[in-house]
Amino acid sequence: MTRMDARFDYLLRLGDDALILGQQLGLWTGHGPVLEEDIALTNIGLDQIGQARAWLTLAGRAENADRDEDKLAYFRVQADFRNALLCERPNGHFGDTIVRQFLFDAYAVGLHEGLCRSTDDEIAAIARKSAKESAYHLRHSRAWMVRLGDGTEESHAKVQQSLNDLLPYVGDLFHSDACTQAAASEGWGVDPAGLREGWNTRLEDMLADSGLTRPETVPEQVGGREGRHTEQLSYLLAEMQVLPRTYPDAQW
Amino acid sequence: MDKKNWPLWEIFIRSRQGLSHRHVGSLHAADAEMAVENARDVYTRRQEGASIWVVPASAITASSPDEKDLLFDPADDKVYRHPTFYDLPDEVKHM
Repeated sequence: MTRMDARFDYLLRLGDDALILGQQLGLWTGHGPVLEEDIALTNIGLDQIGQARAWLTLAGRAENADRDEDKLAYFRVQADFRNALLCERPNGHFGDTIVRQFLFDAYAVGLHEGLCRSTDDEIAAIARKSAKESAYHLRHSRAWMVRLGDGTEESHAKVQQSLNDLLPYVGDLFHSDACTQAAASEGWGVDPAGLREGWNTRLEDMLADSGLTRPETVPEQVGGREGRHTEQLSYLLAEMQVLPRTYPDAQW
Repeated sequence: MDKKNWPLWEIFIRSRQGLSHRHVGSLHAADAEMAVENARDVYTRRQEGASIWVVPASAITASSPDEKDLLFDPADDKVYRHPTFYDLPDEVKHM
């Protein structure tokens, strides 16, 4: 893998995680459990889209093949997406969305903190902006984890099930390969495997406050970083890409 | 707490250092912490805020509309209470 390939691939992973998660949160618009939470989820979704735009713009420049953020977002096929499988899990009920968000936020705060020390000024600048956002996202999703986990019998049972269902999909977040090794050894990226410890601490800390538990063994699924996705992503992409693919030169 | 309806909170935002908190509206939240977060999301999306106060709406005691005459009319003919008889320097803001 050449240096340019690794950089393009690494930035795509960052961008695609944010893009897919942002798209999914956008689906909650008008469907939130209460008006205030509807706005909160939309705000978080917009933060994710903002991060996606920044990462994908950088990715396009790294690739140097005349693809901007829109080309990368709207004109790639499923197998070319590099997002973690966790991000493409369906919204499900509110508890499912909150658990997915918490598991991701607990990873993102460590990621952005690490990327703030990137030797690449542009990556560090995007990370500094994103770090503030992800810190707030985590505060929001963590508060809901505790409320639902420590809430009624029904909310506890539902969110515990969501946690059991989604934990197997975190594997991609901490997956190391040639791309991430290049990123970490050259100092412009971070090694995902090194983020697991901090994530684990944040998870355990939340479990202690919410009364939720994690299953003793969790078989982890990976594949997103290599473009092996679940069926869910194709529906999501179809909806996200239909307009620009139908009217490729459409302008706002 | 009523499980169907969260309590109502009155939201006060201070937009800049040196100004006082102003009432901006109200929202529903299960507890004070959630009220602060919701206020952040609902009322400070466009950089309106530097500080947020949340107050349970039930904690506010309001004057009665029936007592309007009694409370406010006596001030009608006391124009000397307004600081309009001398010039304020331009530097004095927010009077």
